[in-house]
Amino acid sequence: MDSNNAFEYFTCPLPIPTNQEVVIGHGSGGTLTKNLINSVFYEHFHNPILDQGNDFAELLSESKRIVTATDGHVVDPIFFPGGDIGKLAVAGTVNDISMSGAIPRFLTASFIIEEGFPMKDLAEIAHSMQACAVEANVLIVAGDTKVVEKGKADKIFIATTGIGFLESDLHIDGSQAKIGDAVVISGTMGDHGIAVLAARNELGFTTTVKSDIAPMNNMIQTAIAASPNIHVMRDPTRGGVATTLNEIALQSHVNIVLEEITLPVDKQVQAACDILGFDPLYVANEGKVLFITPENEVPSLLEALRAHPYGEKAAVIGRVERVVDSPMVLMRTRIGGTRIVDMLSGAMLPRIC
Amino acid sequence: MNDIVIHHESEVIGKALTALSGILTRPWSIMEICGGQTHAFMQTGLSAMLPDEIELIHGPGCPVCVTSLELVDKAVAIAAKENVIFTSYGDMLRVPGSESNLFSVRARGGDVRVVYSPMEALQIAQKNPQKEVVFFGIGFETTAPSNAISVIKAKERNIQNYSMLVSHVRVPPAMHAILSADNNRVQGFLAAGHVCAVMGMEEYFPIAEKYQIPITVTGFEPFDLLRGILETVRMLEKGTVGVVNAYERAVSSQGNKQAQEIIEQAFTECDRQWRGIGMIPNSGWKLNADYAQYDAELKFEVGDIITRESEVCISGLILQGIKKPNQCPAFGTLCTPQNPLGATMVSSEGACAAYYRYGRN
Repeated sequence: MDSNNAFEYFTCPLPIPTNQEVVIGHGSGGTLTKNLINSVFYEHFHNPILDQGNDFAELLSESKRIVTATDGHVVDPIFFPGGDIGKLAVAGTVNDISMSGAIPRFLTASFIIEEGFPMKDLAEIAHSMQACAVEANVLIVAGDTKVVEKGKADKIFIATTGIGFLESDLHIDGSQAKIGDAVVISGTMGDHGIAVLAARNELGFTTTVKSDIAPMNNMIQTAIAASPNIHVMRDPTRGGVATTLNEIALQSHVNIVLEEITLPVDKQVQAACDILGFDPLYVANEGKVLFITPENEVPSLLEALRAHPYGEKAAVIGRVERVVDSPMVLMRTRIGGTRIVDMLSGAMLPRIC
Repeated sequence: MNDIVIHHESEVIGKALTALSGILTRPWSIMEICGGQTHAFMQTGLSAMLPDEIELIHGPGCPVCVTSLELVDKAVAIAAKENVIFTSYGDMLRVPGSESNLFSVRARGGDVRVVYSPMEALQIAQKNPQKEVVFFGIGFETTAPSNAISVIKAKERNIQNYSMLVSHVRVPPAMHAILSADNNRVQGFLAAGHVCAVMGMEEYFPIAEKYQIPITVTGFEPFDLLRGILETVRMLEKGTVGVVNAYERAVSSQGNKQAQEIIEQAFTECDRQWRGIGMIPNSGWKLNADYAQYDAELKFEVGDIITRESEVCISGLILQGIKKPNQCPAFGTLCTPQNPLGATMVSSEGACAAYYRYGRN
């Protein structure tokens, strides 16, 4: 046995395919981890803070009021029409921070990756995270990668934490809705939920609906400029518009009364919902904002929203009214009736017929 | 354009309501058989706009609600078995069985999947030849043709690992049961338009004759519902009986012959236990001898099931139209969509869920 053979003999007989898939070793903290970080994450995210290569990121505060938010992202499928889990991970946290009126500036990202995950998918996800971060003008300044055994996670989970700065004296929160305020939505309801369902091939029919996923911070800043006294801003994600408005009604102790005929819904989304027995009011959005604002600021708010690519279909959908019995969301139906719009209870289930 | 149509709709509804008030001379109790109609009445706010003289009695036409506890328990037992992929329409998953529900089976590691049609379940069976794939075949006459097709195709394609837990129910026997009960209060029926689209209207003439009652075949849009009520009230006020088709755009008197043939090919009539109501003779369909090999009840050993209903839940009385959801002491307190005690609180077509979501009071 010559020395060359001996070396081979003592090497792991299973070659590790470093370029095709993520393997357990990529989470070991050793060379493989470093390779992964360099070839995927630094490659896409690089910026002066991240490039320092520390386990921490030192940031300069731009304001006394700091806003932070954190969000875990687990979506199936990870790629869907209009976006992917990477875009979701950036836009989701950017939007959470933006709902306070703050300007998001920094993000950290923690990846939990299932062994065997294709490296090219990881690169695609990192690419779309960076594209979204550039659009939102935020820097990804710290990160972490863990690899778990096959079956211990579903492909990839991404948790992001963001930091933003609130310079003005804005006090936007769910408890500020006032009687007489108007309820404005920045566009159509339910696009994200239906796009994801369609991508799972669970509909049994095809649609061209795209997720509305997008960072809302730029549009929100123009909205605040146009309507400086916005009382509440919230993104109607899981549970949809109905659930979000119910939360606000409870927090502000008011009734919110919607007008059914004013609710903006894409025709395909409405058709998919009709077939499945869903109500678009409960379907998730990832690129919409609900504003509750004084009536006199509505015209300028609508004008500003409609001038923005993400707000073209903005509409007034209801009013804040006095509580009669207990805080609730009501809807005047298209035939002139009135009904309660309840919170979503549990998972939304397609009904039988 | 849409807005114009919609404003027009509200005007038309207003006119129809005025017409209805104009012919009413006394109170009437009318049952909408179908849960989809109960849902539409509440969702559009129409039920609250009706004149006080009209009492809607909500019928047992929600297949999720009337699926017997024994079959739900059998579903839970089969779904918990190793090597089984259990498939079902979504709203069956939360229906409480005696001890558990299908969601809990899934949480404990069972392979329970929501499908949108039985053909999807059949595809899963083809893709997983080493597994037994079971579909929970519930529903009225409306879902029977598509459920029947899945076993017909399974046989044609010689797929052995597919079976169906059948809980099919039929509307006309339920109407007989309601009308012949001592405490019946129903004076007129809105028959379910989609059921009639499949089965036609013929089965309803003998019912109208026997019980001297008006029956109106009714659709699901607000105006359809209102027209159904208007036609029924017209007959009630005149003292006439018979079957009127107020859903002509979808229903012919013969129904859909092709769908009926498909049903006949795979199913045969059987007695069926209705949850909350009890045994109704000849009120169900089961797979016939030609397709018995696809009957999950025969395929899996799930005998010795001891069923146990909630002691508080009055869903049986609600399904029979004797009580309203808000007359239940548990409504909205012990029993909510998050924690349903009975199936009527689970399905979006269940009367309790419709009251909870849209009305509350």
